[in-house]
Amino acid sequence: MPTTIPIGLNVNGIRHELNVEPRWLLVDVIREQIGLTGTHIGCEHGVCGTCTVLVNGETARSCLMLAATADGAEITTVEGLSTGETLHPLQAAFREAQGLQCGFCTPGMLMVAHELLRENRSPSEQEIRESISANLCRCTGYQGIVDAVGLAASSQASAPAAR
Amino acid sequence: MKPPRFDYLAPRTLDEALAHLHHHGDQAKILAGGQSLIPMLNFRLAHPGVVVDVNRLTDLAYVRQHDGGVAVGALTRQHAVERSELVRARVPVVAEACRFIGHAPIRHRGTFGGNLAHADPASELPAVMVALEAEMAVASRAGNRAVPAGEFFIGPLTTALRPGEMLTEIRIPAAPPRTGGAFVEMARRAGDFALVGVAALVTLDEAGQCARARIALCGVGPTPVRARAAEDALVGQAPTTAALDEAADRAAAATSPPSDVHGSAEFRRKLARHFARQALAAAIQRSGGR
Repeated sequence: MPTTIPIGLNVNGIRHELNVEPRWLLVDVIREQIGLTGTHIGCEHGVCGTCTVLVNGETARSCLMLAATADGAEITTVEGLSTGETLHPLQAAFREAQGLQCGFCTPGMLMVAHELLRENRSPSEQEIRESISANLCRCTGYQGIVDAVGLAASSQASAPAAR
Repeated sequence: MKPPRFDYLAPRTLDEALAHLHHHGDQAKILAGGQSLIPMLNFRLAHPGVVVDVNRLTDLAYVRQHDGGVAVGALTRQHAVERSELVRARVPVVAEACRFIGHAPIRHRGTFGGNLAHADPASELPAVMVALEAEMAVASRAGNRAVPAGEFFIGPLTTALRPGEMLTEIRIPAAPPRTGGAFVEMARRAGDFALVGVAALVTLDEAGQCARARIALCGVGPTPVRARAAEDALVGQAPTTAALDEAADRAAAATSPPSDVHGSAEFRRKLARHFARQALAAAIQRSGGR
């Protein structure tokens, strides 16, 4: 009988008290225990980036972190971007500029782009490309993703009150 | 896959961590940022009996002044080192090298000490620490000791750390005045493992001649390669094209690169020569001595 340990995670502003096996990855706890399946899991070794979430406000691979290590952390997943049915402006830009095809890489792309736009309100195309270079899109739909992030940056610039 | 089962310990103090490491010896594996260990667990390449998670030892996350140089706590995230004003002012080559480690999401979690203790032959920071002649502070229940970076890396994924020991701090000495440093590397894609990386530091004297040179390479041998013959070729010389060419030739000759699908040994040696020259030229340009 594997032993479990109690942890607390704040995910998208909601506190979850959980018992986890020490070997469970953060991504699996987010998906299987908490039931938020917006965060995808791909390569399981930190290369594809689709499991990217914010841990205490910074992007991190949730497949490269034990849930036990994350005890007490503030986690933001892709579900935390939108407000109810209202898309985050970045998500709206992905829809508008066709920044997704199959959608598998999308949660990770959104999280790295969200961090980029938080730190750099008007990134150059090169800066956008560099930020998403941490993430793989096997549809190779990169141009649409770059366009979408650029569109979100320009709408953010024209509406400074947007989140 | 998923990690195998292990016992999990999450000490809150260094003493507690060292007690766990002492008790479990070579059964224990230290988990810091996890950006190398967790993939190895996921692939089941590592089967530690006990994982000692040191992420709660937040006292070990700092960048401080030390003897004119800089001391970096082992648990400092690479991203924090990259952004540290103190690092940028005193040892900018360290910040320059950090940018080549994976991608931002990796550097947010990955630690300075964890990178060094993992000792991947292609990793940037070990070569930079060798070139900077940094000192690794090691703690254990038996006491503390300091290991020069040049003696710390003894093979692929192998360091001078013994069972029960933990790297706690990295002390980087101050560079002499009129020293310039540079780190350059070649990888197939941004963020990939380096085929070749070169750290170079050059000090010019008042007459503009090379008074001191340090060159270390990553990705071209089982450990970081310190190219002493290349350093000797520069010292006492004016930094002319001929002197740089000779040093770059000698740096390439010091390497023993692997051959694999990413590049032949011959190709990597060619890259080593090219990037050694580039790093030296940039270091000289930044030395402010001419």
